[in-house]
Amino acid sequence: MRLLTHNLLQCHVKGCSTNNYPLRVEATNVVHKEADFNPEFITHMLQKIEWNALRTTASALGVAELPEILPLSMEGQEELLKQIHLVLMETHIMDGKLVCPGCSHEYLVTHGVGNMLLIEDEV
Amino acid sequence: MSRPEQVAPADVYYNEEEAHKYTTNTHIIDVQKRMTERAIELLALPEDSTCFLLDIGCGSGLSGEELSENGHVWVGLDLSPSMLNVALEREVDGDLFLQDMGQGVGFRPGSFDGAISISALQWLCNADQRGHVPHKRLARFFGTLYAALARGARAVFQLYPQTPQQMGMITAAAMKAGFTGGLVVDFPNSTRAKKMFLCLFAGVAAEVPKGLDGTEGEDGQAGPSMPYSRKDRDAHFGKGKGKKAATKSRDWIADKKERRKRQGKDVRPDSAYSGRSRGPKF
Ligand SMILES: [Zn+2]
Repeated sequence: MRLLTHNLLQCHVKGCSTNNYPLRVEATNVVHKEADFNPEFITHMLQKIEWNALRTTASALGVAELPEILPLSMEGQEELLKQIHLVLMETHIMDGKLVCPGCSHEYLVTHGVGNMLLIEDEV
Repeated sequence: MSRPEQVAPADVYYNEEEAHKYTTNTHIIDVQKRMTERAIELLALPEDSTCFLLDIGCGSGLSGEELSENGHVWVGLDLSPSMLNVALEREVDGDLFLQDMGQGVGFRPGSFDGAISISALQWLCNADQRGHVPHKRLARFFGTLYAALARGARAVFQLYPQTPQQMGMITAAAMKAGFTGGLVVDFPNSTRAKKMFLCLFAGVAAEVPKGLDGTEGEDGQAGPSMPYSRKDRDAHFGKGKGKKAATKSRDWIADKKERRKRQGKDVRPDSAYSGRSRGPKF
């Protein structure tokens, strides 16, 4: 699971609608996999990404220290875009769990696959 | 031959053996690939841009590979661990989740530029477990999907509805969640090539694309597109201003009478008033 996808994931337990994001990463295995650098796609996804959550997660996993504030335009920000690319597209959570800050539900991640199944009374 | 969803739930039906069979059968691969290509076409994404897409019921990643080949980044959901294992073995590019679409998709608002689903939505109409209520599961699925899509994004579902009622149930749930759109039928006159795509728009209404005809179909008639509008939805859910739905038109009544006649049921003779408004009831 890329950190890009993790950044867009929220807890979906019934009734858990505030403080259900970001899911805290308790990873036992995080890997780096090279991916093609696509600055247009990164810029596009920055509109959807929650920047503070990304900074916190990247820092907690020791992947990168991202700047506090994004520049208004990403034009000419090649270095920063490459750093964000490394965090979003090349960092994969392989094993561990994602924990909801609100209801403490734990979503397991195994071989990179997130288990989002709920038991019936959580739906 | 029964369709898989009529035999057992997805996570049971697609055991290791079925999952492998499914992924090595060249005919299935070919059909899946073509249906995915068509679904991508119906998404009408901006040209030459990489989009972030959701693949609902991604299975072993056959459709996802098509998304990758088209340059997109994707996330795949599936209820079958065996299918997902095959996807892992095949080292697909998408991020995978073990997920039951009837429990909703847990993504932030506006996350995806589009969603596709190949041969998966009809599973949602089954009640495979105690406590499964299909219309509730459909409502939760479409509600959370609508939220997870960017405004103006589309969701395209290739599906095999078992009955027209099932199709109606699916469509009603989608409309209630806020989607507009309609059904696209490719090669409607060919039992072999006929394919149905439910083409839904999130937030921005658009014209429902035309179905395909010609080379693949047997007698080359264009597929009808059946748009559903907010008006249909309002009529269905009793909102609107009490206007009669298009379904009560003269043609609709004539069709219904014809069907009832064929079923050997009593039918009132047609009159000059058939299908006409008879004035206010009170
Ligand atoms: Zn929660």
